[in-house]
Amino acid sequence: MCGIVGLHLRDPDLYPQLGTLLETMLCQVIERGPDSAGVAVYGDRRRCPAGYAAVSVLTGDGDGDGDGSAPKDALAELLGDVVLTEAGDTTVIAAPVTVDELLAAVRHALPRARVVGSGTDLTVYKGTGHPRELARTYDLAGASGWQGLAHTRMATESAVTPEGCHPFSVGPDQCLVHNGSFSNHASIRRDLEFDGVEFDSENDSEVGARFLAARLAKGEDLQMALRALCEAFDGFYTLLVTSKDGFAVVRDAIACKPAIIAETSQWVAMASEFRALASLPGIEDARLYEPEPERVYAWAR
Amino acid sequence: MGTLTRELATVDLSVTSVRELNGELHAPKAQAYEVLHPQGAHALAAGLKDPISVDIRGHAGYYAAGMNDGGTVTVHGNVGTGVAENMMSGAVRVTGDASQSAGATAHGGLLVIEGSASMRCGISMKGVDIVVGGDIGPMSAFMAQAGRLVICGDAGDGLGDSIYEARLYVRGKTRSLGADCVAKPMRAEHEEELAGLLSAAGFDYDPAEFRRYGSARTLYHFAAHNEY
Repeated sequence: MCGIVGLHLRDPDLYPQLGTLLETMLCQVIERGPDSAGVAVYGDRRRCPAGYAAVSVLTGDGDGDGDGSAPKDALAELLGDVVLTEAGDTTVIAAPVTVDELLAAVRHALPRARVVGSGTDLTVYKGTGHPRELARTYDLAGASGWQGLAHTRMATESAVTPEGCHPFSVGPDQCLVHNGSFSNHASIRRDLEFDGVEFDSENDSEVGARFLAARLAKGEDLQMALRALCEAFDGFYTLLVTSKDGFAVVRDAIACKPAIIAETSQWVAMASEFRALASLPGIEDARLYEPEPERVYAWAR
Repeated sequence: MGTLTRELATVDLSVTSVRELNGELHAPKAQAYEVLHPQGAHALAAGLKDPISVDIRGHAGYYAAGMNDGGTVTVHGNVGTGVAENMMSGAVRVTGDASQSAGATAHGGLLVIEGSASMRCGISMKGVDIVVGGDIGPMSAFMAQAGRLVICGDAGDGLGDSIYEARLYVRGKTRSLGADCVAKPMRAEHEEELAGLLSAAGFDYDPAEFRRYGSARTLYHFAAHNEY
């Protein structure tokens, strides 16, 4: 199962509503994965002010003292002005430095924390629990921005944990969410490891995210990288991939994992099911269609 | 339960649950029902057993009018996966597009999709008649066993793969045929049958514009030389 929702706003007047729209969409796919959820938001300046980099982490036991003051103090010493937001299992750390500098500082100050997202525009949240409660924990309704996605996970290949939540964000300002399962991920993982790519988990979807990140790092765009993914990967997938430039959707050749796309002049939205799109403004006049098998649909900002 | 008259009852799903709606439709007090604000909900008007009519005003989710046995259901919008799946009798009409597996395993009745249908339309159909005004997606009529599938637009890849005995009529292009599905001659009896189906569905096409496909019957029994 698994539920996917994504929203790419074309009309800046809607940016302040991104979080509420995304939360409404998320709540319509709860039945598709009711025990954990991940969210990514692009352009939420509460959590990642302009000119800052942001890193989202899952904090390991013993890294913090519960109220976030110890890691914040440690990071402030390294970085100066730090914006630190605790949201359940996830902590978002932002500072006016480069992404690489921030990542190095976070790894130093929080050696047991797992980085689940990084960039200059992206904040990622992961956690276990009821997705409606998690949306509240993340204060999703308060988020503004230009693009976002959410995923409810019906775990099949690994346990229900914050680490197992999608999106997988392994490159700067990149996210991948997956409904399905890859069947040849072990051999692709070996090839990537041979090329020096490091993995955080045994999860099959992470292999897809690492594969795309390697392609994007070589300068390919989302369209080209996803075409290459279709050639390399076997198995079932509906993928939604986001970057600092835009938003892309692709399904495998059999396409049994659902997807529906809606487009208006104000936004592009994708979801596992229509009901997640039903409350979007202007949905009555949207162009509605299902993505065809192995065809890459991409929208640039 | 909204306004209730003996003839027409209106159910507004913004204030009534799908379970309440379906409970009412399974023991109907009215002849006709109008359903408002469906918002893509699943299993709307599933399991009808009485000859009532239900008009759903908006897009429906999965399994709309599933297992229908004698009802007349019209969805004024699009439908999700498995509209009219396992229908036994009656009529289901979709004014928009249908997602995957429309009419899957259905034994009888008439399913009309005025727009296009996605993948696996008529998968394992067992006697239903399906008429699609637009195109149908890949892998349609997979393992179809009985019934008729009419496509007024184009058919996607792998039409009729491993088909048993259903008859498929396509007006537009067929991207490719599946294993053991072959073109067959249109004889007078087929044109007559097709004219009846088009008329029942409300489409004004000339049966002479269609081609017929069916089973080559080479996969009925296992044989070592079968390449599929």
